[in-house]
Amino acid sequence: MLCGLELQEIARNQAGSPLDRRSFLKCALASGAALGINGVAEPAAGMGAGAASGTQDDARFTVEAKFYQKLAERKIKCKLCPRECTVGDKERGYCGVRENRGGVYYTLVHSRVCAAHVDPVEKKPLFHYLPGSIAFSLATAGCNVNCKFCQNWDISQSRPEQIPAEYIPPRRVAEIAKQYSCPTIAYTYSEPVIFSEFLMDAADAGHEAGIRSIVVSNGYMQEEALKTAYGKMDAVKIDLKSFSESYYRQVVTGQLKPVLNSLVTLRKMGKWTEIVYLVLPTLNDSDEEFRGLAQWVKVNLGPDVPLHFTQFHPEYLLKNLPITPVPTLERAKAIADAEGLHYVYIGNVPRHPSQNTYCPKCRKMLVERVGFTASQMLIRKNSCPFCQHPIPGIWHV
Amino acid sequence: MKTVRNGSRRDFLRQSFAGAALLCASGGAGSLATAEPVAAKSGVAGAKSKVVVARDEMLRGADSKVDSGRILALLDRAMKALLGHDHPAEAWKALIRPGETVSLKVNTLGGRGISTNVLLVAAICERLQQAGVRASNIVVWDRDSSELERAGFHLAMGGERVQCYGTDRVGYEENLAAWGNVGSRLSKILTERSSLLINIPVLKDHDGAGVTIALKNMYGVIHNPNKYHPDGCNPYVADLNMLPEIRTRMRLTICDATTAIYEGGPGYKPEHCWNANSLLISQDPVALDHTGWQMIERKRAEKGLKTLETEKRAPHYIATAADGEHKLGTNDPKRIAIVEA
Repeated sequence: MLCGLELQEIARNQAGSPLDRRSFLKCALASGAALGINGVAEPAAGMGAGAASGTQDDARFTVEAKFYQKLAERKIKCKLCPRECTVGDKERGYCGVRENRGGVYYTLVHSRVCAAHVDPVEKKPLFHYLPGSIAFSLATAGCNVNCKFCQNWDISQSRPEQIPAEYIPPRRVAEIAKQYSCPTIAYTYSEPVIFSEFLMDAADAGHEAGIRSIVVSNGYMQEEALKTAYGKMDAVKIDLKSFSESYYRQVVTGQLKPVLNSLVTLRKMGKWTEIVYLVLPTLNDSDEEFRGLAQWVKVNLGPDVPLHFTQFHPEYLLKNLPITPVPTLERAKAIADAEGLHYVYIGNVPRHPSQNTYCPKCRKMLVERVGFTASQMLIRKNSCPFCQHPIPGIWHV
Repeated sequence: MKTVRNGSRRDFLRQSFAGAALLCASGGAGSLATAEPVAAKSGVAGAKSKVVVARDEMLRGADSKVDSGRILALLDRAMKALLGHDHPAEAWKALIRPGETVSLKVNTLGGRGISTNVLLVAAICERLQQAGVRASNIVVWDRDSSELERAGFHLAMGGERVQCYGTDRVGYEENLAAWGNVGSRLSKILTERSSLLINIPVLKDHDGAGVTIALKNMYGVIHNPNKYHPDGCNPYVADLNMLPEIRTRMRLTICDATTAIYEGGPGYKPEHCWNANSLLISQDPVALDHTGWQMIERKRAEKGLKTLETEKRAPHYIATAADGEHKLGTNDPKRIAIVEA
């Protein structure tokens, strides 16, 4: 049986009125006690958002981390992401969700779900993965970068004790997905790299129940952790935020090279992977960058990897920039098309024809999308029904 | 006028932090009405920023614990040296506007071993009340209530007593405050319950930032300090201190150097701690940080350790805080007047 929060969230989303992150938090805070929510952290009287500490049972969410190295003087070195934080006793890493306690490193967000929705898979976006299907999508607090444009900053840039969360262990995740007829669990919204242990356990529980797993990630991860954690995924979407190191350093607070390495590793692993490139006016929208990106993808990943150029909306620390003009996105697509990529999409622009999938050989439309809905799906046996050209992806359950 | 000066420090602590007893103000409304806040220039000797370094080699009793009476006397001596008033309460009155709510931002990450000394905070609370601040208008705070307790503070919320709790009890502002490379949600203790901020950090080595003293103690004011540790916390420390919500409230820094740490910080490493038996007081946090950094370097040299620069962890954020973009104070030794007291 679902608890109150799950029901409330899922019902709202199925009614076509998804809550944004802030509304979700407010709603959870305001209505938790009144609705008799089971397991939701109830704020004490008079507290506002961000005052959840002490109201959640920390022990339930605390599990020893999988990727770290013990050092002298009770220090540890995190081996999860390329940042390799050296963390002293009682301190946390950059992500804010991993803590050194006496020389043992712990994740504080195992089963600590702060956002849960049922979303169309097109919203991730994954366009070559079970079109028209839905995914039980969840997140914990925390992130290993700090993108100045983050649309979910209020959960990604917070510590777990600062936001209400619910205890949803892996098997419960699988049960909920099944109950809502979701063929897929999606790890998304914040940054799944930092809840890898939970993701792995939930993926295992899901697979035991016949449910797949997908991840929406920045790919900023060490190779061993990537292979171990994302090896359990059925498909991966990587946010390649730019094709320049300086942008990664200044806007993302990360590095480009490890993300490119992750994409190559995923390719070698045979994981179905799609790439999203959020286009920010003046910051990562030059012809040279689009061309360099497309050439790199073609050479290193092949022409069949879908590449989505998506529209930016002002958020978080970049509210001074305008929305990406549609002609800029069309220019990016034209350049990538010209470089020989087969599946280049434009995202966040409702009803744009470049949201559809076309056969690269006969140019017929194969999947029509309206918003986050796949309104027509013609691919049969992984091929174009008109010319039998193979169309790569995971098209059928 | 009721004063606790004749009572034991233990009594005061019990009354102000944990008990319900009222501690009446020593200054009446009349005297407060004429009080003027001290402008930044009052901490300046001529064109220089004044940093008072007050020491008491007899600060500790036979059990090596800080003596409550002596730390009060040390505080008085330091305040007199900084602000030039003969009577301790007068110095404090010069800092405070009538009716202000005063928050004391302590540092309790290091547990009992290397956190802001409770007796020092009690002494400051005592003088604030004698200067006319109601006990309930004083809040002693840090990020987390459990960390305050581990450092020896007794939590207190509500009633006519000195308040003491962490941001976890009231939360952070929903909206971001942003400056430069920093975008953070601020503690509601700062934004809603402080018209005046007194910063009471500890003199500490820091494995990433070089040192953590006054400026970096503001990391305990925001919801996402973990995001601002790369690159030796530079320029994040300086940018954070530029937030108007912090800058306009910051009135004074009293750095607790009774026990300090010169290596292995910010956590408690008893083998690297020393009893400096000192307080550093200034209205220029940059000058104070520079002075504290040099104290740590001298101790490191005495112990045969490399300089922080050699270890590639010099606190460059101090220079950033002093640059033309920030102007939070001066790090130029020629413009810092160190006054021994």
